[in-house]
Amino acid sequence: MSAQAPPVVSEPVEDDVSARIARLDEARRNPLLHVDGLWKVFGARSDRIIGTPDADLSRRDLMAKTGCVVAVKDVSFDVAPGEVFVVMGLSGSGKSTLVRCLTRLIEPTAGQITVAGQDITSATDGQLRELRRKHVAMVFQHFGLLPHRRVIDNVAYGLEIRGDGKAERRERAQEMVDLVGLSGNENSYPDQLSGGMQQRVGLARALAVDPSVLLFDEPFSALDPLIRRDMQNEVIRLHHEVGKTMVFITHDLQEALKLGDRILIMRDGAMVQVGRPDEVVGAPADDYVRDFVSDVPRSHVLTLRWVMRDPRPDEALEGPVMGPDTVVKNAAHRVLASAHPARVVAGGQLLGVVDREDILRVIVAEEPA
Amino acid sequence: MTAVVERPAAPGPPEPLASTPQQKPEPVRRTGVLLGAILGIWVLGWLLFQGVATLPLGRATLTGFHTRLNELRDSFDAARDSNVILDVVVGGIRDAIDAVVVGAQDLLSQPAFPRPVPQIGWLGVVALLAWVAYALAGVRATILVVLSLLSFGVLGYWSESIDLLIVTFTAVLIAVAVGIPLGIAMARSRAVTAIATPVLDVMQTMPSFAYLLPLVLLFSIGPSAAVVATLIYALPPVVRITAHGLRTVAASTIVATTSMGSTKAQLLRKVQLPMAKRTIVVGINQTIMAALSMATIAALIDGPGLGEPVIQALQTLDIGTAFVSGLAIVIMAIMLDRTTTAASQRAENERRVARDPRRRRIALVVGAVLAGVGVYLSRSYLWAADPDRLPDLGRPLADAAGTATDWFTDTFSAVTGAIKDGFTYALLNPFQSLLADSPWWLVAAVLLAVAFVLGGWRPTLTTAVCLAVIFGVGLWQDTMVTLTMTLVATVLVMLLAVVFGVWMGRSKRADTALRPLLDAGQTIPPFVYLVPALALFGTSRFTAIVAAIVYAAPAAIKLVADGIRGVSPTTVEAAESAGSSRLQIITKVQLPMARSALVLASNQGLLYVLSMVVIGGLVGGGALGYTVVSGFSQAQLFGKGLAAGIAIVALGIMLDRITQHAAARSGRR
Repeated sequence: MSAQAPPVVSEPVEDDVSARIARLDEARRNPLLHVDGLWKVFGARSDRIIGTPDADLSRRDLMAKTGCVVAVKDVSFDVAPGEVFVVMGLSGSGKSTLVRCLTRLIEPTAGQITVAGQDITSATDGQLRELRRKHVAMVFQHFGLLPHRRVIDNVAYGLEIRGDGKAERRERAQEMVDLVGLSGNENSYPDQLSGGMQQRVGLARALAVDPSVLLFDEPFSALDPLIRRDMQNEVIRLHHEVGKTMVFITHDLQEALKLGDRILIMRDGAMVQVGRPDEVVGAPADDYVRDFVSDVPRSHVLTLRWVMRDPRPDEALEGPVMGPDTVVKNAAHRVLASAHPARVVAGGQLLGVVDREDILRVIVAEEPA
Repeated sequence: MTAVVERPAAPGPPEPLASTPQQKPEPVRRTGVLLGAILGIWVLGWLLFQGVATLPLGRATLTGFHTRLNELRDSFDAARDSNVILDVVVGGIRDAIDAVVVGAQDLLSQPAFPRPVPQIGWLGVVALLAWVAYALAGVRATILVVLSLLSFGVLGYWSESIDLLIVTFTAVLIAVAVGIPLGIAMARSRAVTAIATPVLDVMQTMPSFAYLLPLVLLFSIGPSAAVVATLIYALPPVVRITAHGLRTVAASTIVATTSMGSTKAQLLRKVQLPMAKRTIVVGINQTIMAALSMATIAALIDGPGLGEPVIQALQTLDIGTAFVSGLAIVIMAIMLDRTTTAASQRAENERRVARDPRRRRIALVVGAVLAGVGVYLSRSYLWAADPDRLPDLGRPLADAAGTATDWFTDTFSAVTGAIKDGFTYALLNPFQSLLADSPWWLVAAVLLAVAFVLGGWRPTLTTAVCLAVIFGVGLWQDTMVTLTMTLVATVLVMLLAVVFGVWMGRSKRADTALRPLLDAGQTIPPFVYLVPALALFGTSRFTAIVAAIVYAAPAAIKLVADGIRGVSPTTVEAAESAGSSRLQIITKVQLPMARSALVLASNQGLLYVLSMVVIGGLVGGGALGYTVVSGFSQAQLFGKGLAAGIAIVALGIMLDRITQHAAARSGRR
């Protein structure tokens, strides 16, 4: 698919992972995107529901009582600059509504949204337009391309409507077309491209305006599995290259675990859990999440932090040294090869040890009982 | 190990909207039984009270209401120069349109005094229009336009044809100038939609005949009344289709472009209008075809054009002449339809084909030079100016058509007569007796009951109002006769629609073979259908019914065919695999599932038939249509004709509302 042959994503060295986690945790104190107590209720007089006991009713009961539907229910989160934040839930869980509320494509019923310090909820139409033109760009499930424009003009659309000059926007658009691996297709029309290529156009269009936040609304759900994997790698590559902050909506848990620094799991409009992939799999917040992640190959997600234990007195602390955020799968080879338990060390301190049995327990547990 | 994550959420259904548990059980509707009961009571009442309180009115008899309408006309005529509104507003519109039409006639079609020929003679007109066709629609359309225009000259109807084009396009230009902005406004504002939709509904459901007399009241007869009538009739398609085209621009595209910060104006100019362009051109095509058909009929109020010779020929039963002038109308319809269709396809393809724009520009310039040469020649030489110098095929063709018709009627009069009489005595007369010889209160009660059973309270109310209007204008029995013809013709149209629609819906080949014929049938102005019907069956109610069936059938057949085709193939496959016979599939699966298409087809069928049955007043259809026609020709019957127009509108609205509500109901189930 990818004509440009994206560089193979090298397995990040485990220290890098720990450092990234620490850096994001630190950066989150001054978040790029801040959402606080966000509600979206569809229906007549929906604003009167929030703050009343009705708000605590289940969706079905509220529908029966008031005719209103709660799509987003008291959602709060922060996204650090450079973070990939995944919102994950089944269809009808409110995730698409949530992402549309972020730039007020859907008007939120209550709550506060701040992007780079600017309060979105109180922004005027003009400010909102400015925000959409320069700071937040979005990629859609069904692409939303303009069928009457060539690829290059689709990519340049955002630049055109904010008034950039023709030569300038052509040049920028061509760069973006090249960046997403569509060189040579710039004069095609969208319907002459495959689904995967069309979504690359959508991606290029979003990147063209050089936004600080990229929103993805189930961008790959309409694509074939193989192409979907290609596109996921493409996003990872682009994230490495341009380092944008991303909010990524998906119903695909594998996708969420693969891409997300952190994952927000939604159900019926409400937050169920927010955490790093290993936290979601290692410590599900409730039965719903547990059931959800039960099919996940745990050794691919869990890190040594989740399997280590205190050393027994008779154990020799001579095994290999590893970081606590090393994924079990990546550690397995060395642990199994070593005669002694591996030592999990962070910042020069011994956190615990992992031996063959600990590793095997994770791997074997995945086999269907 | 690639686990599939999607799984049904076991604890609690995620979609509360999907299931509404407290749904009330629908009451069982016994529509068929109820209608049968109504019919039974009706027949019983008819047997008892036949001939009582039927409210007949002699041909020359006037009611007080009719004389008052006559007086109204007189007062309008008297006030035309003194009343501010009539003089300034209406007069201004009239003068402006007349000036445009007469100016164009001087230029293109009629002798421009002191010249014995127009400013631009036939060669110049052909060259100019060919160039326009080339610029808008391409080479093939250009050839068609040239041949069609030449045929008008050869058939001997040059100036009438160009006049008809002038009236049509004057109305179309105004319709487009008003209609596209209105369509945009409708697409963007619910309030505008809410106001405009019922107005457009009335404009479209009103049979064309009913417009004419009220316009005469305002504009008197002549080109301006013809243009305004044409405009009213032709405006709805372009408005509706523009609004539709804009609305159907994919929501995901709108959200996507909004998310990038487009303003509303940018959205309209850069996204919605370009994406809806092709649809809008289709709307203009529909508007042009509607305008052509109305401009033809507007000959009844002295609108210039090809309608005039047709009407004269119909009234003098000169089939040969009617045939030739009708043929010219058909040629014009095909020319306009093909050209605008080609233009809309071009709107789509233009950007696709990466042709050198320079070559096209050169071709356009060369074409313009050629057109200029043509115009120059037509101003300098009489042979290029005077269409009478063209060889005359019209006269011999008319003679041949007349002879052929005479031969046909002489030879087959037994057959055609038998068909006509059999139909008239077996079906038409009994049913007409039931409707027109029953007491008015019985028929009114029956119609109200039918409206209620089919559509519920709202159409019943509308029916009550419409019946009151019909009663009030004093033409009850005439209306019932017209209603009879309308219903009988519609039943036959629906029979044709089901037979051919099912056939086309099930067989791709039948569809490919028949659809072009039906499309062509729909582009021909209704007027023309009177000619063959008259040739075959002489003047009678049956003639009007035949013309109405021919006119209405294509639309109904296409609707049913689309409905059948729209039935999910999976369902048909399932029924087949369960061992259904072909007939069972048709009657138990396809027709029931296409029910809303059937009801919609009968709605359209009724309205088409009504408008044609009324026009059939010109060929012996009698009743309301005849009354309208005599309102044009005889001054003292103007008021009665106007009243007949009102009755036609009331009848149309009543039938439309009942079937619309019935359609909505059947769609809901």
